[in-house]
Amino acid sequence: MAATEHTRRQFNRREVIAGLLFALPAILGILIFQLGPLVVSLGLSLTDYDILTKTNIVWFQNYKRLAQDPLVLKSAVNTLYVTALGVPLQLLTALSLALLLNAETKAMAFFRTLYYLPAITPTVAAAILWRWILQSQWGLLNSALGLVGIQGPLWLGSEVWSKPSIVLMSLWGQGGSMLIFLAGLKGIPRQLYEAAEIDGASRWYRFIRITLPMLSPTIFFLMVLSIIGNLKVFTEAYVLTQGGPLNSTLFYVYNLFNNAFVYFRMGYASALAWVFFILVLILTLAQFRLADRWVYYEVGGAE
Amino acid sequence: MTASMAPASGAGAIRLTIGQRLLRAWNRWIGAALRYIVLITLGVVFGFPFYWLVTTSLKVDTQLFVVPPVLFPDPIKWSNYPRLFEYLPFHLFILNTVAITALTIGGIVFSCPLAAYSFARLRWPARNTVFLGILATMMLPEQVTMIPQYLLFSRMDWIDTWRPLWVPAWFGSAFYIFLLRQFFMTIPSELEDAAKIDGAGYVTTYVRIMLPLVMPALTAVVVFTFIGSWNNFLGPLIYVNTTMKMPISLALRLFQSLHDAEYGLMMAASTITTIPVVLLFFFAQRYFIQGIVLTGLKG
Repeated sequence: MAATEHTRRQFNRREVIAGLLFALPAILGILIFQLGPLVVSLGLSLTDYDILTKTNIVWFQNYKRLAQDPLVLKSAVNTLYVTALGVPLQLLTALSLALLLNAETKAMAFFRTLYYLPAITPTVAAAILWRWILQSQWGLLNSALGLVGIQGPLWLGSEVWSKPSIVLMSLWGQGGSMLIFLAGLKGIPRQLYEAAEIDGASRWYRFIRITLPMLSPTIFFLMVLSIIGNLKVFTEAYVLTQGGPLNSTLFYVYNLFNNAFVYFRMGYASALAWVFFILVLILTLAQFRLADRWVYYEVGGAE
Repeated sequence: MTASMAPASGAGAIRLTIGQRLLRAWNRWIGAALRYIVLITLGVVFGFPFYWLVTTSLKVDTQLFVVPPVLFPDPIKWSNYPRLFEYLPFHLFILNTVAITALTIGGIVFSCPLAAYSFARLRWPARNTVFLGILATMMLPEQVTMIPQYLLFSRMDWIDTWRPLWVPAWFGSAFYIFLLRQFFMTIPSELEDAAKIDGAGYVTTYVRIMLPLVMPALTAVVVFTFIGSWNNFLGPLIYVNTTMKMPISLALRLFQSLHDAEYGLMMAASTITTIPVVLLFFFAQRYFIQGIVLTGLKG
């Protein structure tokens, strides 16, 4: 803290007023748009509020119901499937691209731009483009597979391939993670590699023993973000498949959205939201607990 | 490295035989060549969808539904673009998006550095507790607050207006406040003290001295707010119903539900949606990269 030397001193009245006024919009914002809704949401989840009919308090009925709702189960399994398949592939893609770009030449800036551009393409536009690429009969991907003699699947039209299709599209948009990995790579001191080279360590050995451990805080950070991002998947499915075929891309947040804004089951949807919140929280905290075992921080811990 | 390393008298591994040097140069050359081959291959993989997007929008139908696919549109068919505007007023959707995005950026630029400065530099009771409270809300998924927010806005009669999309921005955003606060903390306090001695008030000090100093961070924040607002889909989907009020992302989805199978037309619409973001990226590329490295945000 910059102000430690002042902490004992009395507050300056004008400074307190200025400080509170400056922070006031943010404080109001948190109360009105975050904490207020959080409390209201918990309350709503104990009711059968649906905008149209009279509201009753049903206590834990919504939670009991969602535990037995086959669509909730289906959407949760779909979401976990996409997360389990997507996160490793996304991180691997981003890391590979970053390793490839980690060299000091002019051309790298060009490739960096090229790989990053998909990440800022509006999701709806990207999804419409991928609908066309994945189109089973005339689409680019199946045509390309056809050239090497492979009969491509129906992709978005197939219950088996619809989720991998969404993951495939997400790999195209990994430029943001790539840039963060690249920044992490640039932060690894060169001396470590030089020392290892003098000791005769192979390229692979240097990667395993220097690059990966030094990069582990970045991997951890991106893993946490990536898991949360995959659990929230919605827009891609909404545009690509509308949750189909046969609910194979009905994800948890999609189901929540349908309940809230299509069927207006606000009470039930609030219960869904709270379960989601608690699960995301537990999953994130668990990752932080496990992080001690594999994330290497330079300060404080030598091998 | 199988060649003998031992008899390099005195100088350790520094002195190499000509053979070893040649081998190293060769290895390095092969390494660089391989790297470029992979870079270019992946460049095609990542870039080709964009090429496909634009060329599909310029193809006549007989070149669209053929196997193997046609790489170069011939003849070039421009008519998909004027046709878009016959169906829906896309220029209006872009103007709507620009307006919503500008109002959102205005709100973020007003509220976030102001609060960040207060949390970083001004001393008031319970300041750090309040700041921690704001940080804690970053853990809160929007899915939890979405329903009560909708009920709040509907009670205020704001449904089917732009207000739910931009008004919250004027009340701060936890992550940007956190980011800017970190930035304010690195600025030496001598500058502020000097302003105080000159008799400047808190508002003057903030606007004249402090705000210009956090410009790099603020620019990054603006760029990300732009992308976030331009690409926002869930918000408009929930709040905007009237076609004429829609931002481009939602209008594109509406258009898709009407013309899904007309791929040429759909690609033209998607191209129009994507171009402004890509243009901004090329103009502000430096700030993007800087912003990502600074914030760990992915865009």
